Amino acid sequence: MNLLFDGIAWVLDPANWTGVGSIPERIGQHLAISAVVLAIASLIALPIGGLVGHTGRGKELAVMVSGGLRALPTLGLLTLFALWLGIGLQAPIVALVILALPPLLAGAYSGLESVDRRTVDAARSVGMREIQIIGKVELPLGMPIVVGGIRSATLQIIATATLAAYIADDGLGRFIFAGLKTRDYAEMLGGSILVILLALAVDGLFAITQRLVVPAGVRVTRTRELRSRPARPRAVVGRPITEGNRE
Amino acid sequence: MTWLWSNLDLVGELTLTHLALSVPAIILSFVVSVPIGWLAHRYRWSRGVLLALCGLLYAIPSLALLIALPIVTGQRATSPINLVVALTLYGIAVIVRTAADAFDAVEPDVRQSATSLGYSSAGRFWGVELPLAGPVLLSGLRVVIVSTVSLATIGAVVGVQSLGSLFTDGLQRDIYAEIVTGIVATMLLAIGLDWAAVALGRLLMPWSRPNGSARRMALARVERVDAA
Repeated sequence: MNLLFDGIAWVLDPANWTGVGSIPERIGQHLAISAVVLAIASLIALPIGGLVGHTGRGKELAVMVSGGLRALPTLGLLTLFALWLGIGLQAPIVALVILALPPLLAGAYSGLESVDRRTVDAARSVGMREIQIIGKVELPLGMPIVVGGIRSATLQIIATATLAAYIADDGLGRFIFAGLKTRDYAEMLGGSILVILLALAVDGLFAITQRLVVPAGVRVTRTRELRSRPARPRAVVGRPITEGNRE
Repeated sequence: MTWLWSNLDLVGELTLTHLALSVPAIILSFVVSVPIGWLAHRYRWSRGVLLALCGLLYAIPSLALLIALPIVTGQRATSPINLVVALTLYGIAVIVRTAADAFDAVEPDVRQSATSLGYSSAGRFWGVELPLAGPVLLSGLRVVIVSTVSLATIGAVVGVQSLGSLFTDGLQRDIYAEIVTGIVATMLLAIGLDWAAVALGRLLMPWSRPNGSARRMALARVERVDAA
């Protein structure tokens, strides 16, 4: 347990809170990198995921891509881009964006898809256009899951931004790598404690957001029915209309 | 390519080391998660608590966990055992929710039928619930396999040898081929283990030859877990 006290003492040491490369500065860098990455990745993944979830097309491909990207080792990507783009922030940002895509994509499509197809068809039948259906029906109802995707992407980014310090002089990971080099366990542990606290704090904020985005009057229950057939129902003469995968 | 041919031995050796790190972690996390998942499924109060705890675990960055773990384990941060423990914890964080969902997916009617046929609760668990939860458990296990294999490379930055060593070494010595080899080898290993898990699943659960809709439901559940 002495180790833990050393780490905490390092975090609380006022000397580490001022000057160049101080704790507040590193936290700021860490958050800034994470925010930039999240913004870029969201711009790419959310529209695509939303489209997949709305139309139900290209789902297999989306699943494959997000599954395949999961197998991609972060560190490998990071070092590869570092060799390519040189030491600095470009490499970690590109690598992090790629890693943030799968959860965002998965959240967006499963969010929109989780909306009961009967609700969507009802919206369609009262004359809503597709874009209105997405914006006014599917998005609000699927929002908790979409935010869930953003949440897990953000956590992954914050976690991996620690590794960014391996090739750039930025972020909280700096303390860990500096400590590794000088065998200063207190600094390594202190840096780790800060990263963990930051991740937990951000996760907590998202947990609250996830509750707040549930539209009033809607209870989020786990939907049992998922689309297994195309959204558009077709009327069949002589048979009752069945739609989706209702048993 | 020339780099690969002249270093095949090294790659093979690191692949074995990588296997020795990730396979125990995968098996351990599965074995530990199934009872936790069952507990989370069984009681209303435990579900919230257990799932929240696992969520918190998942929120802890891997590198930070790797360095903070020695406080608990007493191992050095650079020891392979420390890495296996860290990977196991991550695996648990990923799979517990799926495990709870897997037991939820067993129809209450089926459970009641089993009880009325005279199954004791332990017998019902082994003979009915576990086999029926199997396919969904397998889908969770597959996620853990892939993420564990790719996460194990992180150990290289603190000095635990694995395929990740190809990344750190390649960066230091400016060898693209080495890094690319590392990435490809890691992914192939993940895919190989994944296939092995699927094959094992077919063998152990011949009844679960997944038909389209059941598989889609399970998949969708995993994705939902992934997103949530």
